[in-house]
Amino acid sequence: MANEVCLRTLHLDRSWLLSTYESEGGYEALRKILKEKISQEDIIETVKTSGLRGRGGAGFPTGLKWSFINRSAAGDKYIVCNSDEGEPGTFKDRDILRYNPHALVEGMIIAGYATGSTAGYNYIRGEFWEPYERFEAALQEAREAGLLGENILGSGFSFDIHAHLGAGAYVCGEETALLESIEGKKGQPRFKPPFPAMFGLYGRPTIINNTESLASIPDIIRQGGEWFRDIGVENSGGSKLFSISGNINNPGVFEIPMGTPFSELLEMAGGMKDGYNLKAVIPGGSSSPVLPAEVMMDLTMDYDAIAKAGSMLGSGAVIVIDDRQCMVKLLDRISYFYYEESCGQCTPCREGTGWMHRVIHRIEQGQGRQEDMDLLNDVTKRIMGRTICALGDAAAMPVAAFIKHFREEFQYHIDHKQCMVGGR
Amino acid sequence: MTLRCEPWARADKRADKESLFSPQVRAEIDQWIAKYPDEWKQSAVMAALRIVQDDNGGYLTEELMNKVADYLDMPPIAVYEVATFYSMYELSKVGTHKICVCTNVSCMICGSENIVDHLEKRLGIKLGQTTEDGKFTLKEVECLGACGGAPMFQIGRQYYENLTPELVDSILDSLEQDNGE
Repeated sequence: MANEVCLRTLHLDRSWLLSTYESEGGYEALRKILKEKISQEDIIETVKTSGLRGRGGAGFPTGLKWSFINRSAAGDKYIVCNSDEGEPGTFKDRDILRYNPHALVEGMIIAGYATGSTAGYNYIRGEFWEPYERFEAALQEAREAGLLGENILGSGFSFDIHAHLGAGAYVCGEETALLESIEGKKGQPRFKPPFPAMFGLYGRPTIINNTESLASIPDIIRQGGEWFRDIGVENSGGSKLFSISGNINNPGVFEIPMGTPFSELLEMAGGMKDGYNLKAVIPGGSSSPVLPAEVMMDLTMDYDAIAKAGSMLGSGAVIVIDDRQCMVKLLDRISYFYYEESCGQCTPCREGTGWMHRVIHRIEQGQGRQEDMDLLNDVTKRIMGRTICALGDAAAMPVAAFIKHFREEFQYHIDHKQCMVGGR
Repeated sequence: MTLRCEPWARADKRADKESLFSPQVRAEIDQWIAKYPDEWKQSAVMAALRIVQDDNGGYLTEELMNKVADYLDMPPIAVYEVATFYSMYELSKVGTHKICVCTNVSCMICGSENIVDHLEKRLGIKLGQTTEDGKFTLKEVECLGACGGAPMFQIGRQYYENLTPELVDSILDSLEQDNGE
């Protein structure tokens, strides 16, 4: 099975319209909750049963996260959706926003109901203009249909949603940096605790979930937690959107059951382009450790299998690397990204990302020194775990993994001042 | 720890907000202000900067940032912090068409270097530069979340995916004929 949850409407004409969404069971879950007055506890329990884990990359159980908020606390509480999709290789939330925005709207309303929240904000990255317009249009449709706003469907429950546009900063995908950004500041992550469930947006209790997580909620409620859980495998409930890119015949977004073998996913994506062979795979976005082809071909796409192999499922962004690619050059580019995007708040990340990039760049340029790989490994250890947010780790992990699995390519660059792959 | 910036006491400036921007710009900014709690006008600063930047031909000036500060009752420094932190704000003049080319890992694997080479040759400029006639600026950007259509670039609000040198030529040809409209 494929495209059964977040991309359920994809096969239909103008899949983003309210009428299309409703023809596929859309808003049935919300209607049922409001009509039968299903309790907040029951909804959270269903989400827990479903095994849904945060689809943004961290994989934290969504139901458990929802249970952290004090639902009866007086005053405003918020649901924030993280559509600041920026982890290199990831392009799935863009498709949800473009092709099935109502699943997200309904998911956010249900999340708002279950957590006693008063309003929702969807933080969409600034470059996503087309997805932003689709989302705004969906909000408008939902408001006009009485599904959003004051006294939803006459139930007495009120909840409104607003879109917030970013302006170009990878770090705003970190949940507390994202909150700072909505508050109109530069996006620098907050020290935790206090966690957002206690002290979030505008200092109020806040739950932050990824777009795909929230868009999965309506079908979990409609078809049951067990239904969703059983699509996947142990510890990885449900289906998941995988963004697969690289030199392959049919790159794109595939919503498939957790636990699907990587080899099947690659086949769905059309396999390797003519003449290219699989060399390595970055399985979960550019920060997840790279894995060699032979390891990857035996793996299934779920949290446990990828973790056991020493990497992370992350955001499900699968970057396929063919045998014509120079691993030093790829790492040079990846390390530049983290150097460029470090917010500058914590010294190990601000300085360390620059050091790592400069050392990798000099190896790539044929000016590497024999001690450079040890130096790089040393720097990664001095960044990991020593910063406020995970950007430091995200910068260090690929460096450690590229050197671990492709050490001979780096050594060749240092020894011969040129690349062992291709003509450089 | 995360309290909002206290409004700066600039009563003289606050009195005549209507003179700060055109009615259209004010209406647009006001739509964003309405999304946030009353005491959090500052939340609209990112949108306000984008709106005035678009209205000013694609870049911000210190004067415009100061006006945004006055309009939202923020200290100017808080506006500068935002304007300098996010990559989509331009602090100096850019071309009519800003070409934002992704060179990150998926695009790189799929040949973004060829696209950059082609753009540089055709426009006679390097990444980060603007053509002499002021029509095009070439900017290297980080992953824009369209890796399935790599290599890609963004011009204005539009994404262009699965680029080839031929496709790049036809896109630039049509923009040149547009004459910046």
